[in-house]
Amino acid sequence: MSNEKKLILIVDDDADYLFQMETMVKNLGFRVITAESQAEAEKILDTTEPDLAIFDLMMEQEDSGFILSYKAKRKYPNLPIIMASAATAETGFSFDLYNDNNKSWIKADLYLEKGIRSDQLHREINKLLKL
Amino acid sequence: MATLHVLVVDDEPGIRSGINRILGNYTVGYAFMDEDFDFNLIEAETGEEAIEILNTKPVDVVLLDNKLPGMDGIEVLEYINKQKFDLAVMMITSYASLDLAIKATKNGAYTFMPKPFTPQELRATIENVTKHLFLKRMTQKMQVEGKQIRFQFLSVLSHELKSPINAIEGYLKMMQEKQYGDKIEDYEKMIDRSLARLKGMRNLIMDLLDLTKIESGKKERKMREIELGSVARTAMDSMEPYSIQKNVKMTLKTHGNTYLLSDADEMEIIFNNLISNAVKYNKDNGKVDILIEDQFKCINIRVTDTGIGMSEEDLEKIFGDFVRIKSNKTKEIAGSGLGLSITKKMVEQYNGTIQVESTSDVGTTFIITLPRN
Repeated sequence: MSNEKKLILIVDDDADYLFQMETMVKNLGFRVITAESQAEAEKILDTTEPDLAIFDLMMEQEDSGFILSYKAKRKYPNLPIIMASAATAETGFSFDLYNDNNKSWIKADLYLEKGIRSDQLHREINKLLKL
Repeated sequence: MATLHVLVVDDEPGIRSGINRILGNYTVGYAFMDEDFDFNLIEAETGEEAIEILNTKPVDVVLLDNKLPGMDGIEVLEYINKQKFDLAVMMITSYASLDLAIKATKNGAYTFMPKPFTPQELRATIENVTKHLFLKRMTQKMQVEGKQIRFQFLSVLSHELKSPINAIEGYLKMMQEKQYGDKIEDYEKMIDRSLARLKGMRNLIMDLLDLTKIESGKKERKMREIELGSVARTAMDSMEPYSIQKNVKMTLKTHGNTYLLSDADEMEIIFNNLISNAVKYNKDNGKVDILIEDQFKCINIRVTDTGIGMSEEDLEKIFGDFVRIKSNKTKEIAGSGLGLSITKKMVEQYNGTIQVESTSDVGTTFIITLPRN
């Protein structure tokens, strides 16, 4: 695995958070590419197939992560996707804002609350990559 | 045409058929309603029968006789209140005593009609009941919608507040774990970024306070004649450190009488928002021109920049809460996304208007018109 490092795409419009996630995931021993918007991520996905993707939910639109997820899965059906968001049920924001029609195509494999610890993230990534 | 279901509860068949005849081909319309109402009559001989109907069929209006063979009208009314049915009750009785009228209205009857009544009396009363019901339902609907808007605002707000907390927390953890080395200098950039995020949060909170003041309407306004040029000058001064950094040149021109009866704090908020935007979203070596013009019945304020501009699509969104135009050109620029929303609300408090003209990469002009009085 050492010379076959898995590639992880991280997309977040918060530059600070993106930098931190990038550092964290690199320290876990993965290769990382980053994008700061849904549009930028779509461009990357046109030419690159990552082994796993971590998307922020609210970017250009408040459901950018969902749309990105949908598009990524259409192109790479087996790509595991983690949706990370600062929005939670606890703050009152839930995915109910989106209608059932949308729900049926939201295809993230895992929802994660932002502020996750490195060891938790490592475990979840390994699980999704079946390592 | 919408239909209201009217339940007539009376043990006298003559009254029931009479009401049926009078309301059968009657319609009610108002200027402010989208459609007219007509009436579908349902009949009940007793209070017990009425309750059964209320539990199984949609009913909007109940015409209720008090004197019934079994349970009386007041008891039916109590039941309706206990079940919180969304309907209006009108009591009909031949014993139109003041005592009963008070008891019935206390129990939530909307109105009262003595028997015998003329067709005209019935129609007039029904017209009032319909109007009352319509307004009551409209109000409820608007309250629900208001709550939803509030909810949406709070969910975006919590997102906006949590993002910097996450970022700062992340940097602190990196420092705690000494991920980038042992010396404090190794973390200089992270410390700068954390401070910048804290500043952003502080600005967001200040903006929120402005917004709350507008929305609660509770802030005491001190209205006096304010010279808007001096307000603009103060706003320009506060932006100066930043404009020097970007080498953006600000100019102010005033024409005629630029005094306006207004609240100084509110005028300051308007100018601060417009001028800080004009500098923030400008190009290096750009210009900001502020023009305050006397138009006799109103004052015009124009703030023109030579900045990054906006697309048509962006222009439609910019006055919303927490709206920030996200692009490569704006990503380094801090903002709460509330400034223009606040400015617009402020301008509207003065019955003024705010317009914007913009061309991508050329610049943007905001035009505010504030009427005198």
